Amino acid sequence: MSALTTLFALLLYFAAAVMIAGLAYKIFQYARTPAPLKIPTTPAPLSAAGAGLRVAREVLLFESLFKSNKWIWLFGAIFHAALALALIRHLRYFTEPVWTWVVVLQPFGKYAGYALVIGLIGLWARRLFQARVRYISHASDHLILLLLVAIAASGLAIRYVVRTDIVALKAFVLGLLYFDWQPLPGDPLLLIHLALVAALMIVFPFSKLLHAPGVFFSPTRNQADNPRERRHLSPRAALLGNHKDA
Amino acid sequence: MAKKEFHIPELTGHTEVPDIVDGAMAHCRPFVAGAEHQEALGFPGELVEGWEQKAIAKLGELLERNRALRVYLDTCVKCGACADKCHYFLGTGDPKNMPVARQDLLREVYRRYFTLSGRLAPRMVGAKDLTKEVLDDWYTYFHQCSQCRRCSVFCPYGIDTAEISMAAREIMDHIGLGQKYSNEIIAKVHKIGNNLGLPPRALENTLEGLEEDVKEETGVDVRFPLDVEGAEIMLVSPSADFFAEPHVDGLIGYAKVFHQAGVSWTISSHASEAANFAMFIGSYEHMRRIAGRIREAARQLGVRRIVFGECGHAWRAGYSFLNTLAGPWDFLDSRYPVPQHICEFTYDLIGRGALGLDASANDDMTVTYHDSCNVARASRMGEAPGGQFHIPRELIKASVNRFVDMDPETTHGKTFCCGGGGGLLTDDLLELRVKGARPRMQALKEVVEEEGVTHIAAICAICKSQFSTVLPHYGFEMDMTVSLHQLVGNAIRLGAKE
Repeated sequence: MSALTTLFALLLYFAAAVMIAGLAYKIFQYARTPAPLKIPTTPAPLSAAGAGLRVAREVLLFESLFKSNKWIWLFGAIFHAALALALIRHLRYFTEPVWTWVVVLQPFGKYAGYALVIGLIGLWARRLFQARVRYISHASDHLILLLLVAIAASGLAIRYVVRTDIVALKAFVLGLLYFDWQPLPGDPLLLIHLALVAALMIVFPFSKLLHAPGVFFSPTRNQADNPRERRHLSPRAALLGNHKDA
Repeated sequence: MAKKEFHIPELTGHTEVPDIVDGAMAHCRPFVAGAEHQEALGFPGELVEGWEQKAIAKLGELLERNRALRVYLDTCVKCGACADKCHYFLGTGDPKNMPVARQDLLREVYRRYFTLSGRLAPRMVGAKDLTKEVLDDWYTYFHQCSQCRRCSVFCPYGIDTAEISMAAREIMDHIGLGQKYSNEIIAKVHKIGNNLGLPPRALENTLEGLEEDVKEETGVDVRFPLDVEGAEIMLVSPSADFFAEPHVDGLIGYAKVFHQAGVSWTISSHASEAANFAMFIGSYEHMRRIAGRIREAARQLGVRRIVFGECGHAWRAGYSFLNTLAGPWDFLDSRYPVPQHICEFTYDLIGRGALGLDASANDDMTVTYHDSCNVARASRMGEAPGGQFHIPRELIKASVNRFVDMDPETTHGKTFCCGGGGGLLTDDLLELRVKGARPRMQALKEVVEEEGVTHIAAICAICKSQFSTVLPHYGFEMDMTVSLHQLVGNAIRLGAKE
């Protein structure tokens, strides 16, 4: 086994471990932290099912963002939808045989790469040229955009400019999954693409990418509006006990 | 206090997003609580030795006990959706009044002490040590947030800056840097039972005076009972209703409604305050103590129902928190919600045809309605979502012939704060209050000019006081603001039933 294959195999294992363990830790932390009071932003659904639907609309349609700012919504929606398609398209490297629905989505996935870049550039332009957004941006906000653009651009380059041996690549990926390592093609663009993806996975649980799990735990969105009908008691409130009546 | 002059540009009738003016409001901060007011609440009297470590420890404690704080400090992606949504930013142009920038004042410190990226690469991720300079910014800008939650409506993750500013104020209280206005008031409630420090005797005299006034005006014996054991309903109202204009006209309205309903009711001197200012300083313990007074009073008087008067943050504390803080309420009449809003009570009566209203009594007015922020975005009325918008408007329409709504971008869930909520209704913040009211005043200007609106009705003690103060700064009459139940009270045909 070449040093290159070993190096990337270990890097990708490490990145996956950091992302999974880091996210699991954050999700566990969010879940066990009590929500002491009822704070849904109203008007809010009256039932838990309705609140679940509200969260689903935030996740799938970016409902609140749409109310807020059509440009951020547009570029954000393009970026996230394209990212989803690109990820789905990449599933073909992880499954043998490739799942039918993944095959069906392949042609759309091809264009997703371009949409990804367009969405990111739109978001980045706002960050650079809109004074309010520039004011609230730190270096890390630009770097994460740079990282995503570089991932998308290197991916597009592999697809359309300097193709790699995708059969060998798939063997490598499946080898990682089944702990039966296969050689990784040594094309520089592919190596760059994989290294950047590993970097993204590693920073995920330590960065604002935590908005992905965070949105599910937002009390203003996931709580039902029923405080009079049902007494909300967090473990901490229960600990304080009820008022002693004279 | 030396009155600082500040410039108020002419209203245009439309809210434009201002350019950023760095530090535009850096000079505007409320009086710091003295030792007396701090210690009365169990907080240190002055900035303590080693406040940096103590503040970080307190932040750590709050992160463990409040999921919203933890999630919201992590989740923000700096998209800027909230940046142009805060009335204080729109009114001042100070970038630290953009909700995200306000949150960042705490988030930067959180990142430095509680996240790996902030420990390893503080400059890259905008993480900061907690210095005196940062603490100064905290004190200034977390007291330029009225906790109105408008930003939380527009955030893709529902990040609520109110949660952040409450946490920051709680931290500051615990290191000895409290705000005079709120803490002084909370101590009065603990000691006497209301924000004004109005003792039972004074309350009794006031209510007797009101009975005489109404008798003189209408010839009808409308009662304003105090501490009546065995009454059906206990009214919990903001104490401003007992003396301030136009609040007191609202109280007269409630009394007339109860009179017509033929229901026995009472005010309690023990719980003579609906507003729970402990919410403003993010103190669960003090909020619980104040809420506990309502329970004690209800028990002591043996009432069957609790009705809240017109007050925005009070209705949040009542509707959303009372059951958690002071429940269960199983000793009250289970056929009615606990608590019930006076608007819900009146609305039910109208629905049953039990209230004779003559809207022509208000024909000298064309009325618009200001949705109070905490009623709009932190509570509900009635059975269905949005009842908090629908029910007050229905009451106005039943009491007034000419009703006009303001620009929909400034009403319902998108309503602008009056500019005085969240513990900021104090003269030492007058500049902030006037500037923060600007978006509301712009929308008002539009309906005054285009629809001939003469009055703006509100259901919040803070909104009413704030409007009375700021309206003249914008060239309006101060008595343009009215209580919703003042309109109802004017229109009620006493004695008559349909």
